[in-house]
Amino acid sequence: MAEMVKKATRESYGEALVELAEDYPQVVVLDADLAAATKTGMFKKAYPERFIDCGIAECNMVGIAAGLAACGKIPFATSFAMFSAGRAFEQVRNSVGYPKLNVKIVGSHAGISVGEDGATHQCNEDIALMRTIPGMVILNPADHYEMKAAVKAAIEYHGPVYIRLGRLAVESFNNSDNYKFELGKGITLRDGKDITIVATGLMVSRAIKATEELEKQGIDARLINIHTIKPLDRELILKAAKETGRIITVEEHNIIGGLGEAVCSLLSEECPTPVTRIGVKDVYGHSGPAVDLLDEFGLNTSNIVEVTKKALNK
Amino acid sequence: MDNSGKKQLQILACKVRMGAIEGVFNAKSGHLGGSLSAADIFTYLYFKEMNIDPKNPKDENRDRMVLSKGHCAPGLYATLALKGYFDKNELKKLRHIGAMLQGHPDMKGTPGIDMSSGSLGQGISAACGMALAGKMDKKDYRVYTVLGDGEIEEGQVWEAAMFAAHHNLDNLCAIVDSNGLQIDGAVAEVGGPEPIDEKFRAFGFDVQVIDGNNFDEIEKAFNHAKTVKGKPSAIIAKTVKGKGVSYMEDQVGWHGKAPNADEYETAMKELNNTLSGLEAE
Repeated sequence: MAEMVKKATRESYGEALVELAEDYPQVVVLDADLAAATKTGMFKKAYPERFIDCGIAECNMVGIAAGLAACGKIPFATSFAMFSAGRAFEQVRNSVGYPKLNVKIVGSHAGISVGEDGATHQCNEDIALMRTIPGMVILNPADHYEMKAAVKAAIEYHGPVYIRLGRLAVESFNNSDNYKFELGKGITLRDGKDITIVATGLMVSRAIKATEELEKQGIDARLINIHTIKPLDRELILKAAKETGRIITVEEHNIIGGLGEAVCSLLSEECPTPVTRIGVKDVYGHSGPAVDLLDEFGLNTSNIVEVTKKALNK
Repeated sequence: MDNSGKKQLQILACKVRMGAIEGVFNAKSGHLGGSLSAADIFTYLYFKEMNIDPKNPKDENRDRMVLSKGHCAPGLYATLALKGYFDKNELKKLRHIGAMLQGHPDMKGTPGIDMSSGSLGQGISAACGMALAGKMDKKDYRVYTVLGDGEIEEGQVWEAAMFAAHHNLDNLCAIVDSNGLQIDGAVAEVGGPEPIDEKFRAFGFDVQVIDGNNFDEIEKAFNHAKTVKGKPSAIIAKTVKGKGVSYMEDQVGWHGKAPNADEYETAMKELNNTLSGLEAE
């Protein structure tokens, strides 16, 4: 059994890059003057000759990554989500997505849990943007072990991938000894028959606590961890909709364009099912400590419990 | 350059121009002005300068070319067809549904296209990435990228320029096809990127300003660029937009317009005359 660690997924990302570097010599890491924050600095220290600081120029960084990939490298182009997925969206679409180049776009400090930096840096749109790019794989790992496994899976997958990293430390719930990451496959963390909670990223550990609380209150909630938002695990979600009849989605992202909307799109066409979306409700965030912000925006255990009970009229 | 070598290139460039016009006429749309201004540069690159083999277009040691001004694909396609990368009949299907030749370069489907491009300002970044990969892997291939003088109004071009010099990418050669016109009018009036040479020099490039429709000057510039060590090269190629077709030359209206049947006939007649003149010499 692996030890429980409380670590931000950006840390796990930095560690994974270093650990995998020897086995995958084609991997190179790019950053745009945020190596200390995104944790690519760990790779920079261990493998300086394979690290490229592009300066504060994210659009160019994505193009550099495209050119490197066209010559056989596996570049991880890293910045804050606001800039790698946001500012450089069109470069990701046209220089990486369209030619299907083997570039990994990495967005750190995603969501409102950036905290004190405030709205300009709190990217609640990255998943929406990346979802619209044909063929883009979107990974949003939930804890330390899942992030490390996801980085490996992204290297082994040939093609464009977006990986979302968080700034806030999160308690691990996976076990590294037997944790298996399958790209595109959701994970049922708790079986249940009354309702299904579908959570992603930072919200998964909070959703685990919510299902424990709900259990105490006599509600048998199923919990699915969606680490791959695209391609979405259609089978698992359709099965949950059919078996539990009601879905709650939980994400640290705008309710427009994220996991919730992906689930709604699937279900409205294949198995109409009532869905309640927990997320940032199409508003900007603001400055404040991350955990306080998560509470304020309803991205916490107690709100998941409340919303779930309300959905069940309990 | 000796006269027979120059004449050979002039003949090839004339055929490139005819191929570009053939493509755009049949597509009923496309960008001829910049295809024709850059035709001599394309010709020199693919027939004289670059270490390439059309039979092995993915050779990892090949020289690369990224058409950053991707809308001038008709000129590049005509060059690639003439070089033997694909059948020249493909040119007539340019921009048609199901065609290999897309409106802007698509590296996935077209042999000889090293990078998908067309969204202005992005190609030069990819070219820098390719040049950097060459340095990292200690390969001696060179990377060329052709930009427009309107295109360099995009901020990303200067992000890439700063990167190229900072990383000492002396295996990168950026050619600015400086034909002086962009869609809305004269480049000098629309965006004002001049002085282009001083800007690239300030960004750390070795800079040459040449007549980009003159093979002697083109050759001299590319030969010099290969000798530059420790910094990237920029060749500011002063060209005439629509070069080779009298009524298109230096006309802003011919940036992105297809000729009608009469105009097509006139253009081909003019170029055929040029060709016969060259072949008769």
